[in-house]
Parts: sequence; structure tokens; C-alpha cells
Amino acid sequence: MTGQAALEARGVTATLGLAEVLHGIDLSLAAGRWTSIVGPNGAGKSTLLKVLAGLLAHGGEVRLHGQSLAALPGRLRAQRLSWLGQGVAGEGSADDLMVYDVAMLGRLPHQRWLAAPSDADRTAVERALRSTQAWDWRERPLGQLSGGERQRVLLARALAVEAELLLMDEPLANLDPPHQADWMRAVRALVADGKTVVSVLHELNAALAADAVVVMAAGRVTHHGACGDAATHRAIEAVFEHRVAFHHVAGQWLAVPH
Amino acid sequence: MKEQHRRAWGLGIALVAMAAALLVLGAGIGSTGFENLLAVGDDPVALQIVRDIRLPRTLGAWLAGALLGLAGAVAQGLFRNPLADPYLLGSASGASLGVALALSLFGLSPASTQWVVRLGLTGAAFLGAVMAVLLTLLLARGVQQTLRLLLAGVIVGVVLGAAKDLLTIASADILQAIQGFMLGSTGLVGWGACAVMGGLGAVCLLLGWALAPVLDGLALGEATAASLGLPLGAMRAALVAVLALATGAAVAQTGLIAFVGLAAPHLVRSVVKTTHARLIVLSTAMGGLLLMAADLLARWMIAPQELPVGVLTAVLGGSYLLWLMHRRSARGGR
Repeated sequence: MTGQAALEARGVTATLGLAEVLHGIDLSLAAGRWTSIVGPNGAGKSTLLKVLAGLLAHGGEVRLHGQSLAALPGRLRAQRLSWLGQGVAGEGSADDLMVYDVAMLGRLPHQRWLAAPSDADRTAVERALRSTQAWDWRERPLGQLSGGERQRVLLARALAVEAELLLMDEPLANLDPPHQADWMRAVRALVADGKTVVSVLHELNAALAADAVVVMAAGRVTHHGACGDAATHRAIEAVFEHRVAFHHVAGQWLAVPH
Repeated sequence: MKEQHRRAWGLGIALVAMAAALLVLGAGIGSTGFENLLAVGDDPVALQIVRDIRLPRTLGAWLAGALLGLAGAVAQGLFRNPLADPYLLGSASGASLGVALALSLFGLSPASTQWVVRLGLTGAAFLGAVMAVLLTLLLARGVQQTLRLLLAGVIVGVVLGAAKDLLTIASADILQAIQGFMLGSTGLVGWGACAVMGGLGAVCLLLGWALAPVLDGLALGEATAASLGLPLGAMRAALVAVLALATGAAVAQTGLIAFVGLAAPHLVRSVVKTTHARLIVLSTAMGGLLLMAADLLARWMIAPQELPVGVLTAVLGGSYLLWLMHRRSARGGR
């Protein structure tokens, strides 16, 4: 991969319970690019993303622009690195929070403790909520929204951090096709703005719209390359038991399961 | 934000106003029914009754309820569970065991108004509550895992409860005293107890309010809260301390009062959807009002006899939760 590395993993291992789920991962993610992580269920994609976000104890080392992530104070890390988790937030425990308050949580790393939100905070929150078309619900509690609507609010929360690096786990979950397209547009805008985006995606066609793809299987990275490369396609076919085929349609790569 | 902001302020003002009205009412309700407070000025005995018994008792009920409301809001946020209540970490059983131990060792009577005796019992209850929470923390190996903490709390509750029962059977003469404690009562709260609860309550409220953003973050899930750079370990430990202190202070002075801590945050949330900072403050005021109102009812309903206030809160709180469940299922499961 060309360009300076935003995030690097060196010999990263991780265990969940007693089982090791990541076995010595070496990875270098280019700055100012969008990288997708794909692979079958249980390949360790989400675990890797958590490790890269500094949220999981692990072996080996993760570096953020050459600096050890573990040595970075939590608040500084949170300002530079935004993480969006998988699934419905808090299984209902966030139902009574207002959409606006949820998005404002993204500003926590920038705020002094207990200080009222600054104008910059409000601007960032409004921009984030507007970019996911969630601004109109700002005075509604999260519990009154559908799964897809919630996802757009959580996405806005992650965007409101305005971090240089965004790590997103299944950001398209529950989103309908128009809002999936909106998400991709938002990611493109972030990358054009110099931000680095890393996303775990089950939707292969969305993943192929990225600049680069990391292919994972059984806790290892089997391939890391450009989306259009035949080698990348072969690697993806291999981890999905050769049950996907690649077609080039209207200037875009499509993966069709069979 | 404007509408919820207005609602929160409106609810806060209403809760304080109602509490003030009930305080005046509470000072007037005695074993002989309602008395005119204005006439009390001429009668030194009546004045003493109002000043030294009814006022501290009514205010004490508010303070104990406020502590439970505060603890309930913190517990529900911390455990991310709307059914969490202040006694979840075993403090109730710990406090009862403490009282049972004190009673069987020193043969104290809870009806005694001698201050050494009161202090001994109150201290035993408080110590018991705090020790039980510490035991829970020890079993759960810290505060990191909420589920483990919950399970440890249940185990400690059951085991200490059994120990208390064993003690009660061994020395049957304390049975009635223990029963009184388990039912909860505000009858013996004096100015000293009010001062203790007020002081601890202020500290807990300030701490709880300052730590509230952590609860907002935790509502979005453990990992999201961590990704926001929050030092979760230290802050969760501080929240558990608030929970233990507030519950211990209330239980020590008034015994086990059911449902106030569980119902207060729910009542607030049914009126206003807001962040934990406001929820904690409003829930404190709501808990105070609930217990104060229940105390008045307990004194008035079968006067000159008196109902144990804990029984009343259990019946009222239980009915409220049933109604809440019914309303939710009628709305289609949400």
C-alpha cells in the first residue's frame, strides 16, 4: 500500500475467553484512504477492529501514526480515533436518551468534564446529524426509532467526534439501500477531507467500493490489496469457499454469491 | 431540546413544591388526626411534638426516599437494567444481618430512643450494608464486569439473608425487632439522622451528578463508552461507592423500604426523556416525595395506629410497576 500508515498492527494476538481469536496479525493501513475488512463469520474482523481502536487487551503492538496506541492517554486516543460498534446500542438501555444527546456524546473527548457544549460542539453535532439525515429527529428519544434510524443516529455519534480515523463495525446494518448509498458518499467525503476510514463489512459489494480490502479468515489476514485486483478477488473467493463470483458492471466490481 | 428542557425544569419545580406542601402537612398529622399548625404556637408541648418528632420524621422520610431515588437512578444506569434497584449489591441483606447481629449480641431494642442504642443499631445497619457491597465486589473481582457484579450481588443477598434468618431463629426474642427493621419505618428518625442523611445525600448527589456522563456513555454499550476515552474502571468504582453509601445511609436510618428506588427513576422517565445528569437529580427529588407521601399515608390511614411505611411502598410501588407493565404491553411490547 502506498502512502504513510495511519494504523499499524505488529504481531497482534487477541483472546476471547480462553480461545485465541487473532493469531499474529501484521497490517499497515494507509492514511487518507478507505479500507474494508471482509471475511467469513468468526474470522476475527470485529475483534481486530476493537484491537485497532485500542478497546481490547492484546498481544503485539498497534501504532497510530508511528506512536504506540497503548501509551496514548484514553482521552487523546478518543479524540483521534472514533469507533462505531456493531448492533443495536445498549439493547434498549439507551432508549430514553434523546437523539441530540446521543450525538453529543461523540463530543465528550473534546469537552472539559461537566462543561457545557461549546459552539464548536454544537456545530459538529448538527453537521453529523444532518449528514446521516437524522437532524429532524433530534428531539426524539432513541427508543422511538426503528433499527435503521437508530443506526443513522449512532453513525452520527461516531462522526461527531470528528476524529482523523474512523473505525466502523458493520455500519450498513439495518440501513436501506438509499441510506447505504448516503453512507458511502459520507465516507468518500471524509476520505477526500484527508480522514482515514476502516470498515468491517458483510456486504461485499459495499466493501469493494473501498480503496483497499483486507481479507481475513480464521484469525489471520490472508490478503491485503486494491479492490480491483484479480489477486484480491481470488483471496475473497478462497475465504468464502469459492462461492462468490466477481463481475465488472458499469465501472464497479460486484460480488455475486452462488 | 427546548421542550424536554422545559419539562425537566417543570418537573423539578413541581416535585420541590409538592414536597414543601407535604412537609407542612406532615408536621400537622399526628396520632390524633390533623392539627392546626398555627394553634401550636400557644402550646409548648404541641410545639415540641411538631419540632422534635413530626418535622424531623417527615423531613427524614424525604431524605431517605431521596437517597433511595438517587441510588435507584445510579443502579439502573450502572447495570443498564431498568429493573435494577438500590439493594442489588446485597446491601439490604447486609444491613439486616448487621442489625440482627447487634440485637443478638447486645440485646438492644430498636424501639429504644436512647441515643447510644440508636447509634449502635444504625451503625450496625450501615456497616452491614457497606460490608455486603464490599463482599460483592470481592466476589465479582472488582467492578469491571457488570454481569458478574449482578450475580455476586444476588449470591451475597441470599447468603447473608440466610445467615440473618439463622441468627433470628437462634435468638427468637429479636424476631419482632428484626421484622420491624425489614418492614421499614420512619418513626424513629430524629434531627441527628436527618443531618447524617442530608450530609451523605449531598455528597452522593454531587458525585452522582458529576459522574452522570459516564452513565450516558455506558447506555450506548461498554465498548462505546471506552472508545470515548472514559476511564471506566475508576468511574464505575466511584459510582458503586455512591450506590453503596446512599443505600447504606437510607437503610441504616429507616430499614428496608421497598420499591422507592426502583419506581422513582421510572416515574421521572415517564415524564421527561433526558440525560443521566438530570435523571439523577429529578429521581432524587421524586424518591423523596414518594417516601414522604407514603409516610403521611402510613400515619393517617389507620390513625391512631400506624402502618409500616415499607409495606405501603411495596403495595403502591408494586401496583405502579404492574400498571407500567400493562401499559407497555398494551402499546405493543415496547
